[in-house]
Amino acid sequence: MKKLPWWLRDLMYLAVFVAILLGITYGLDAVASVYPVMRYYNRILAMIGINITLAVSLNIINGHAGQFSLGHAGFMGVGAYMSAALTFYTFAPIVAKYPEGSMQAWIAQNGLFLVAILAGGLVAAIAGYLVGLPSLRLRGDYLAIVTLGFGEIIRVIILNVDKVGAARGFSGIPTWANFFWVYFFCVMTILISIRLVASSVGRAFLAIREDEIAANAMGVDTTRFKVKAFVIGSFLAGVAGALFAHYPPAYLNPTAFTFLRSFDLVVMVVLGGLGSISGSIVAAVVLTYLQEGLRAFSEYRMVVYSLVLIILMRTRPQGLLGRRELWDFLPKRKDTTAPERDSGPAVD
Amino acid sequence: METILQNLLNGIALGSIYALIALGYTMVYGILKLINFAHGDVFMVGSYAGFYAGNALMKQSNHPSVVHLALVMLTSMLACAMLGFTIERVAYRPLRNAPRIASLITAIGVSFFLEYGGQLVFGPDPKFFPTLLDKQVLHFGSVTTTNYQLIVLGVAIVVMGVLQWIVFGTKFGRAMRAVSFNFETAALMGIPVDRVISLTFILGSTLAAVGGILFSLSYPKIDPLMGVLPGLKAFVSAVLGGIGNVPGAVVGGIVIGIIEAFVGGSPLSSWRDAITFVILILILLFRPSGLFGKYQAEKV
Amino acid sequence: MVAPNPDSAVLDAKNVTIRFGGLTAVSDFNLSIQPHELIGLIGPNGAGKTTVFNLLTGVYRPTEGTIAVSGVPTTQFKPYQITALGLARTFQNIRLFKELTVLENTKIGGHIHYTYSATSAILHTNRFHAAEDAAEEEAMKLLQIFKLEKRARDYAKNLPYGDQRRLEIARALAAKPKLLLLDEPAAGLNDSETRDLMRTIHDIRDRFGIAILLIEHHMELVMGICERILVLNFGKTIAHGTPDEVQNNPAVIEAYLGEPVELADL
Repeated sequence: MKKLPWWLRDLMYLAVFVAILLGITYGLDAVASVYPVMRYYNRILAMIGINITLAVSLNIINGHAGQFSLGHAGFMGVGAYMSAALTFYTFAPIVAKYPEGSMQAWIAQNGLFLVAILAGGLVAAIAGYLVGLPSLRLRGDYLAIVTLGFGEIIRVIILNVDKVGAARGFSGIPTWANFFWVYFFCVMTILISIRLVASSVGRAFLAIREDEIAANAMGVDTTRFKVKAFVIGSFLAGVAGALFAHYPPAYLNPTAFTFLRSFDLVVMVVLGGLGSISGSIVAAVVLTYLQEGLRAFSEYRMVVYSLVLIILMRTRPQGLLGRRELWDFLPKRKDTTAPERDSGPAVD
Repeated sequence: METILQNLLNGIALGSIYALIALGYTMVYGILKLINFAHGDVFMVGSYAGFYAGNALMKQSNHPSVVHLALVMLTSMLACAMLGFTIERVAYRPLRNAPRIASLITAIGVSFFLEYGGQLVFGPDPKFFPTLLDKQVLHFGSVTTTNYQLIVLGVAIVVMGVLQWIVFGTKFGRAMRAVSFNFETAALMGIPVDRVISLTFILGSTLAAVGGILFSLSYPKIDPLMGVLPGLKAFVSAVLGGIGNVPGAVVGGIVIGIIEAFVGGSPLSSWRDAITFVILILILLFRPSGLFGKYQAEKV
Repeated sequence: MVAPNPDSAVLDAKNVTIRFGGLTAVSDFNLSIQPHELIGLIGPNGAGKTTVFNLLTGVYRPTEGTIAVSGVPTTQFKPYQITALGLARTFQNIRLFKELTVLENTKIGGHIHYTYSATSAILHTNRFHAAEDAAEEEAMKLLQIFKLEKRARDYAKNLPYGDQRRLEIARALAAKPKLLLLDEPAAGLNDSETRDLMRTIHDIRDRFGIAILLIEHHMELVMGICERILVLNFGKTIAHGTPDEVQNNPAVIEAYLGEPVELADL
């Protein structure tokens, strides 16, 4: 095959991916307009996508870099409130200037939504940087409690800011998120995570997880990479928060971002197998479905959930997949990555 | 000046309850290196045990007295001791050689189980803790206190004294410290590690029960999620004092109690929880292992 | 920051002392290493040999004295910065990245030479491909030298003990050091493995043109290959010279249980 420049090749893939995703989105909408019941399932599907994004991004911090964080919901909250404030106060009025249903309105809405999502991610990343800094000095449980405290600080701040609804919650956020946006960022998050872990950056994360002293002795600036993991992970959590904020019913409640939510995410990552990207995905799908699907039995839902946790940890403490990936279990193709003994360019 | 004294008194009273719960966290952590997230919920169960025992007692003789309080407290201690023993036996023991994170998730699981199981068994709505003792307001100069606060302080001091004696003055205490120092060596020296761990959970849970009763005396509205926030605060106290350190937990609890009392009495009261954590984070930044914890550099 | 000077000694430690509380673990340690030298550091258990390594590599900061790598003072440096200047090490109690593959371990060893931004990693830019290809090639070359290439995809924890020791050396060499510090490389190896290792260490020095500082208990190995030997006891340097000089030094003989017979055996 003729070799294309990397950016052109990736751009092509991206175009195909966007087209497919748009197709599915309109398909789902069409079905939902005929059978309104489907809206409920669409919502579960979106929640699954958001939770995958959160679990996979937490897995970068917790599973790859080995930094135990109990504040991921806090980063999500930062992204959610930041983006929601942005769209509610600034972007929605701009979009409202265009006639409803017009092409301009559509472009303005989605373009500005993308800006809002990235802004949410960016502010969460800054928060991640600030939280990552103490982790230079703190280990294990102490880091856990600092991240947990950070989540609580975020909650109290939100409770005290009337502009975003304080204790009443933030309602009236434009409902701009849909299947397309949720899964676009979900797949991007997975892709980022996979590519990172197979790079020198990801190897540095793994080295820190395995043995910080040895990593340092091998020339890895452990401080820098720990903060990097926090920044990347919290950026993606902020993105997930932004999507959550704008998905119908588009209502934010400050209690949704406490350490209990962070626990939920840690549970997904550990249950899937710390460090396993596909494990995080599988666990996020299963647990989200369990939580949403068992709503009918709401009284017993959490009791069942907690028992499942206890039993699973007793039977499989390393998580469903351990540190492996689902694709590790596939029959191996010919090993093309090992360099050939005889000459010829390295395999691309 | 009076307000400062008043806040200080209120803070110490609240703080000694945090300290009682923090002791359970710190002892278990010292031995198993496990953050027993379910501990706050043991505190809640202790409170409910007191609720049922208290109501039963009041049916017998509807006359509040110190005897009532003592009986209720004993019942609650017994209930929590059994609960703590069972939790360790069923949930944590099988995981002793598993990765630490697995025990942590299990602890979270047990915590959820107690909270939501509690909602099923006790009902999700708040209940009112019986008045086991008539409240009396006492004045010392311009500082106001209640007999409740004095009981809280008195009981807390006695219980902590007893604990201090157990940990540093008895054979069991010595075994406990040995186990916390090194698991395997302790076992090789003939210390029954399993029994020591069981007893530690029993001890910690008993203290949580005492905390639960004292807390419900002053804040009689109880519900199945009541353990979450005091549990968290107590955990923060333990970390603040240097987790694993027994006197540290007491100091940490009282410091957090005092901070809350002062912030609560100021215009910043709605920021109370955040300020607690900001102070914790600041302290950890300068003393990464808490106030009394020893920083152990890894041997290379 | 001072730029590294290729003409200066690879390592220059002057009057290095470290105290832990009241205990002086290493006192007044002096050592200058020229390129290509092979030097042994010996001494009884607890003499402070590993502490010296930890001082040189920046794990500990000296209480007094100065250390310079290629003419750059490193006393205030973190370990990773010292590695970047050309010092790499192995550990007494093997510290491999156990849950990573042999190949990954080796690639991490070369971390400083194949860096690119996270953005490059995510976008798979040309820079990423170039660096990764080079890292892989380099790592495989090293694994071949240590006969580990067949196990490149195995987890480090699954290697037999001797292979783990050799992988640790390969990993350190991936950093392309000017000075390699080996902390008891022969510990736990049998006689034939030790002899193999001796040859390998010698080969490494010649093939890579680097200096090596070696902590070892195995006297045959140290005396056989080192050009210069430094003896520590209770943190103090009690002898420093050629293998012959050291072997006949009375202070050394005394330090080793005072039994000259045993030393002659060595």
